[in-house]
Amino acid sequence: MGEFDFSVITNSLPFLGQGLMLSLWLTLLSIIGGIVLGTLLALARLSGFAPLSLTAAAYVNLIRSVPLILVIFWFYFLVPLALGRPIGSFYSALIAFVLFEAAYYSEIMRAGIQSVRKGQVHAGQSTGLNYWQIQRYVVLPQAFRNMIPILVTQGIILFQDTSLVFVVSLRDFMTASSIVARTEGRLVEMYLFAALVYFVICFSGSLYVRRLNKRMAT
Amino acid sequence: MNYNWNWAVLLEEEYLQWLISGLGWTVSVALCGWVIAMTVGCLVGVGRTVPNRWIRLVCTCYVELFRNIPLLVQMFIWYFAIPELVPDDIGRWMKRDMPNPEFVTAVVALGLYTASRVAEQVRAGIETVPVGLKSAATAHGLSTYQSYRYIQLPISFRLIVPPMTSEFLTVFKNSSLALTIGLLELTAQSQQIAEYTFQGFEAFTAATIIYVFIALIVTALMHLLERHTAIPGFVGKDS
Repeated sequence: MGEFDFSVITNSLPFLGQGLMLSLWLTLLSIIGGIVLGTLLALARLSGFAPLSLTAAAYVNLIRSVPLILVIFWFYFLVPLALGRPIGSFYSALIAFVLFEAAYYSEIMRAGIQSVRKGQVHAGQSTGLNYWQIQRYVVLPQAFRNMIPILVTQGIILFQDTSLVFVVSLRDFMTASSIVARTEGRLVEMYLFAALVYFVICFSGSLYVRRLNKRMAT
Repeated sequence: MNYNWNWAVLLEEEYLQWLISGLGWTVSVALCGWVIAMTVGCLVGVGRTVPNRWIRLVCTCYVELFRNIPLLVQMFIWYFAIPELVPDDIGRWMKRDMPNPEFVTAVVALGLYTASRVAEQVRAGIETVPVGLKSAATAHGLSTYQSYRYIQLPISFRLIVPPMTSEFLTVFKNSSLALTIGLLELTAQSQQIAEYTFQGFEAFTAATIIYVFIALIVTALMHLLERHTAIPGFVGKDS
């Protein structure tokens, strides 16, 4: 091969930047949706009402045994069919990510909820709070706080996972890099650059998690 | 929602063949990748705990590097970039003469990526071994090698069987990324059936059910192994 050609990267920075914004935006929305749905799933699993907890458990185990790419394919196929009209690949991908990540977040939240001591729930009951009030004011705030490092770690994994929208050509950072790589014929530079960008973002994220862990331990 | 159901499409010989061949590739990529992951992962994981600072540093770099880059990017680097970066002769061989290039690349990429995750489990396992046991080993005059060989590794390898179950499952799921470099494994085949027949529902359902079966079988096997390797007296699964 010839020399490294860095101009191909600098010339396409705006295009790559747009892709990166889409990746980050998709990550953020999926984290929020995943945590909300995941928390509901965790509450359902711990509800003690058998039909509800079995359904939630079945959903979580089903999702956790299939690859994300297959889930993305599923929703690209299903969402337009169910709605009767196409809604754009971004929303199909977003729905796939929220439903997929919710299964993983629900396991984290379940552990978080179980880490809150039973006495707290009893105290809530004895002061006359109802189920939702206990969850809202007593259990969930503590569950979240205990699980923040793991939630952030899962967020980093989710950010890496968003690169898989490549399989349906949604223009995230990975797809954008790949488009530039192919049109310019500079595969080596572009893929190494993509690796560097992902590494810097994810490594900073994991350093932050390490700091959080240290702070929580003290 | 109007949709023409046709489950029989899955039993048509051509498409059934595709699914079976896809399953074959998925299992082969996953198992071969797992062999690499276990070998490299155990070495790197142990390396992160040894007294020698330089070995520790190299192994830590390995884990951070492979863990913080998406598998898809790694797959592309192995497939598109590495043949250009190695010396010309090897690069030419990789591009022209290497048998099954997609398969080999997928196995290497998946194996080395999973190795970083296995390494973390191995390291965690070794760190769980009570300090007293390590001190006792030293006090008995065991060398570092002997302490690992006879005390730390036998205990930690038995402790990490439960978390390894989920890594082993992940390998099967992650093998689907091989489709991005053109290997027609299970997910790719189901997608292809969906495109050829417009029976997406049936095709994806078939793939989903097969993945669920793989997960059930793997979990059952690992449960047997767990029961066999559990150390009496060490607390439960999540330690």
